[in-house]
Amino acid sequence: MMVNGHDGQTGMKKTTLLGLLALVIRRDLVLAMRRRADVLTTLIFFVMVVSLFPLGVGPEMDMLRKMAAGVLWVAALLSSMLSLGRLFSADYLDGTLEQMMLAPQSLSMLVLGKMTAHWMVSGLPLVLMAPVLGLQFDMPVQALGVLIIGLLLGTPVLSMVGAIGAALTLGLRGGGVLLSLLVLPLCIPVLIFGTGAVEAVSTGLSAASHLSLLGALLVLALVFTPWVTAQALRISME
Amino acid sequence: MAINWFKYSAPTTFYGLAGKLIPWFAFSSAILFVVGLYIGFAVAPADYQQGEFYRIIFIHVPSSILSMFLYLVMAGYAALGLIFNTRLSAMMATAIAPTGALFAFISLWTGALWGKPMWGAWWVWDARLTSELILLFLYLGFIALHASIDDPRRADRASALLAIVGSVNVPIIYFSVQWWNTLHQGSTIKFSGTSMHVAMQQAMFITLAACWLYAIAVVLARVRSIILERERNTTWITELPEVRS
Repeated sequence: MMVNGHDGQTGMKKTTLLGLLALVIRRDLVLAMRRRADVLTTLIFFVMVVSLFPLGVGPEMDMLRKMAAGVLWVAALLSSMLSLGRLFSADYLDGTLEQMMLAPQSLSMLVLGKMTAHWMVSGLPLVLMAPVLGLQFDMPVQALGVLIIGLLLGTPVLSMVGAIGAALTLGLRGGGVLLSLLVLPLCIPVLIFGTGAVEAVSTGLSAASHLSLLGALLVLALVFTPWVTAQALRISME
Repeated sequence: MAINWFKYSAPTTFYGLAGKLIPWFAFSSAILFVVGLYIGFAVAPADYQQGEFYRIIFIHVPSSILSMFLYLVMAGYAALGLIFNTRLSAMMATAIAPTGALFAFISLWTGALWGKPMWGAWWVWDARLTSELILLFLYLGFIALHASIDDPRRADRASALLAIVGSVNVPIIYFSVQWWNTLHQGSTIKFSGTSMHVAMQQAMFITLAACWLYAIAVVLARVRSIILERERNTTWITELPEVRS
């Protein structure tokens, strides 16, 4: 599919939708790599929240094993909220966002690119870190596998739904807390199915139904959230 | 004769209409409350299983129904405002939110009061309770987002979008009973007849109607205040008799 550039203008390269997507992802990844501390802070926060739970509820392994999936999921939810504020704010402050909205290409696609990059920077490290933390909670290997698959399916949804909140609260006072207030309730289904999958496996049932529902949420989010976020950005920027 | 349906979509004309309608809704709501609660507490028999405790349903069920229904109405008005850019729709959505949140809160509160004697716990993490709690959070998020944006136009549009996104959750609330079949009793009133005593049913439907009329009266009163506040610099407001005096 081609997005038509203005034919009369010379030197304007035509960008395909997928090319645009790759461009935005690469740009955001490069920016994230230039400011590595931000990425690491989110990850350290995740590890820290998870490590606080045994200190809070006591070191009995039986209880910790039962809680593990829930603790990891809630921590993932909180740390993704933490990084969402940065999704659009830097681009908003230096005017890049305005230029992006003026671009002839689809804003939804641009937003999808930013969401993907956000997930790769803040979601994927959590998924990779989760097995180590799961072992600290003495999770069985099978449950760990399902936890990882669940997180792989679920954390992109958190980034995508969170992007709507980030776009709506763009440039507001106390945006960070407000953002969590708006987005956390919407993320509850992900939490339920994600932990439900692990629960199912550890009671000897199949996790397929929960994982399928998570997959369905992912597909739904993939279809609708870029467009909704684009609308939210238009509302916030007008 | 063609009726101009859009006449009352302007705050100027709606302000007067709402003022005339409020007493009707308020009085009929008060009367229905008295009648419904009288039937509920004096006429309806005690339940063979739950004894007198079940009587909380005359408040609990209407407020649960309204808390969910009002969210959809709010999202509907929000969508209207977003699509057709009508000022009054956005004002209506803003006016509905506090009443919806109140009903969600009452529903949770009375549910807790019922749960203690029946389940032995103030709160259980059952699907429907949790969904109602999430609904309360959604209302609070809507109110908070609207309150934290200074520009009224952006506030209206941003919270409208949030309401529409949140309304995706309302069906999940409804179907959660089937999805996670847990402690909460299934619904007693079904389309294929009911297992309730006639007086109980009457009382519940009357209190439901009363809550409904109350909600309309309160929302109209609130939307009048919002109109006054937003349009305070216009001439028609300054010429109103209640403003001039």
